[in-house]
Amino acid sequence: MAFTRGFHGRRRSDVDPARLPPGQYETNAFPVLSAGPTPHTPLEEWSFAIGGALGEARSWTWEEFTALPSETVTADIHCVTKWSKLDTSWKGVPVDVLLAGTEPRGRFAVAWCDGGYTTNLPLEDLTGGKAWVAYQYGGEPLAPEHGGPARLLVPRLYFWKSAKWLRGLNLADQDEPGFWESYGYHNRGDPWKEQRYWSD
Amino acid sequence: MLDVPGWPGHLAGQHVDVRLTAEDGYQAQRSYSIASPPESERLELTIERIEDGEVSSYLVDDARPGDVFELRGPIGGYFAWHAGLDGALALIGGGSGVVPLVAMLRHRRAVGAQTDARLLLSARTLEDVLYREQLRDLRDSSVAIHLTLTRVSAAPADWSDAWTRRIDREMVAELGPAPGADARFYVCGPTPFVEEAARLLVGLGHDARSVRTERFGPTGG
Repeated sequence: MAFTRGFHGRRRSDVDPARLPPGQYETNAFPVLSAGPTPHTPLEEWSFAIGGALGEARSWTWEEFTALPSETVTADIHCVTKWSKLDTSWKGVPVDVLLAGTEPRGRFAVAWCDGGYTTNLPLEDLTGGKAWVAYQYGGEPLAPEHGGPARLLVPRLYFWKSAKWLRGLNLADQDEPGFWESYGYHNRGDPWKEQRYWSD
Repeated sequence: MLDVPGWPGHLAGQHVDVRLTAEDGYQAQRSYSIASPPESERLELTIERIEDGEVSSYLVDDARPGDVFELRGPIGGYFAWHAGLDGALALIGGGSGVVPLVAMLRHRRAVGAQTDARLLLSARTLEDVLYREQLRDLRDSSVAIHLTLTRVSAAPADWSDAWTRRIDREMVAELGPAPGADARFYVCGPTPFVEEAARLLVGLGHDARSVRTERFGPTGG
């Protein structure tokens, strides 16, 4: 390991190191990162769709979607740009609820969004109580710059996988890289393995 | 300025991760935009010192010529431009968000590209404008550069057509090109600035897909 002359760092004594993945630092802010303008889809035009390799496609209007069984989730989130935010509080529909009764044929999914953003995930990271489609943050409707009306929430992966302005999930039997995954970011993005970029 | 042995080259607009390691193994890393064009022999980073910034304050206050850093990159292929791309190059920068945009303009000049290029830059005062002299040179040559200063009451004598208010619709319309024209927009700055600039562009009728954004600052990319 190469040391940096004169660098001591500012370790924070109030952060439990077991909660920070390697290379991350804690922030109390909620930074915004996105590749283009923030879309503003009116709720009456919003719908959510599950399609692809699962037999019958499903979709919900905003009213139907927010009437689905929901959960309140407290989670630590980790952005690939190095910040982590601990104990964030969300409300949303578990992906398990959206997929209940379907028979997915493949092992992969692509999340697609207003504005054209996509991200790919193994189905395994979306099911079994690991992922939600969140529409509230901190007890308030999710703000547009943070992905409202609804975003994917997959706290176990780097936060670019928690796609903002989510409109649907397409299941697939083959893995297709999404937006950032095509621009050099890791295909899976596990913060605890520090899977930031292609070569990690 | 850094010498990077084995640097694989980069595109204007990309960034690098800089990692610092203390003697006890403690590490901290942050991302910084590359200011130099791909044609430049050395890698140039422009670091804005963030109050209480663990990495930026070390790099600005303590780093000396000859020091060695761990570097990773180039990173990010979306907020990037090269002279082979068609369409006008329309840049909007807030504060230190101008850094990757300057790399694009330097690249354009280095290869002698004739691309229609424009820049709208927002800063607090003229003294806060990074690359002020280079931008003046670029302006005198072939780049349309518009400036707005948000913390002064009157335009300075040596930049007399500067606006003196926050970015608004008039400025973005003046930057052009007209909606429908073939153009690539690159917007970089602090989050509220980027949100507003992108909103104004889409509001004027520009295709949202032609607008690339990158956030800058103590807590962003």
